[in-house]
Amino acid sequence: MDIFLKYLGVFVVGGILCAIAQILIDKTKLTSTRILVLYVVTGVFLTAIGLYDKIVEWGNCGATIPLMGFGYSLCKGVFSAIDEYGFRGIFTGGLADVATGIVMAVFFGLIASFISKPKSKNRSRNGG
Amino acid sequence: MGSDNLTKLNGPKYEKMKQDRSMKSNLLVDCAIAFVSGGFICIIAQVFKDIITSGKLVDLLGTADEKSASALTVLFMVFLGALLTSLNVYDNIGKVCGAGSIVPITGFANSIVSSAMEFRSEGHILGVGAQMFICAGPVIVYGTAASVIAGLFYFLFTMG
Repeated sequence: MDIFLKYLGVFVVGGILCAIAQILIDKTKLTSTRILVLYVVTGVFLTAIGLYDKIVEWGNCGATIPLMGFGYSLCKGVFSAIDEYGFRGIFTGGLADVATGIVMAVFFGLIASFISKPKSKNRSRNGG
Repeated sequence: MGSDNLTKLNGPKYEKMKQDRSMKSNLLVDCAIAFVSGGFICIIAQVFKDIITSGKLVDLLGTADEKSASALTVLFMVFLGALLTSLNVYDNIGKVCGAGSIVPITGFANSIVSSAMEFRSEGHILGVGAQMFICAGPVIVYGTAASVIAGLFYFLFTMG
């Protein structure tokens, strides 16, 4: 039962964050990049005022996997680095905590671009 | 009887009614799909994280404390998103799921890998290298800037 409630929290929090983004896409003319930027900045803000910790407590991965969680890690990283190193933590903590995701995506993207054929409509038409 | 109703409802009024209805139901359906698919992606991440914290994979992945479990989960989800993108699966998921596939970190991975693949034809340096961040770049820039501002406030309040 305990684990059921935990997974329900994950599903509901993750789902709500995605549904809000869907409403923004359908109702406003914001492109997805703008919405992602909005989400990350909102995530940083909510973490800074201490609200996002509560959401993470309740939603676990449902709160950390959507892009607001990216802002959450950025802000958390900065705060804990300030506690540890003082002033220079402001500039070192954020990206250090999100580096795993970025490095993996960049490396994989580079490999994928080498391996896969570039998608070009002309080519597929000519090549059959 | 059905056809009678249809003929009566023809014309601009009917067109407007049809449009209103389809727009309304589209928003609801879109949201439901985004909710379910987004929630499902988060469930996958939680399952993976629970496996790590249970300690079954300690030999393979190292310590199972909270912080490295979170980092490994993000790593796994980014890998999953990147892999599905390179197999041209993620774009098809995105067509159905909408925001449910954009907002999770897998969508972030998708935006980097798909841009990298798309701009291959413009060369490796100015194509792949530069255009890879066409969508992820703004996210990193504004996220970092916001975190620095939050850090300045935190520094002033805790040290001052």
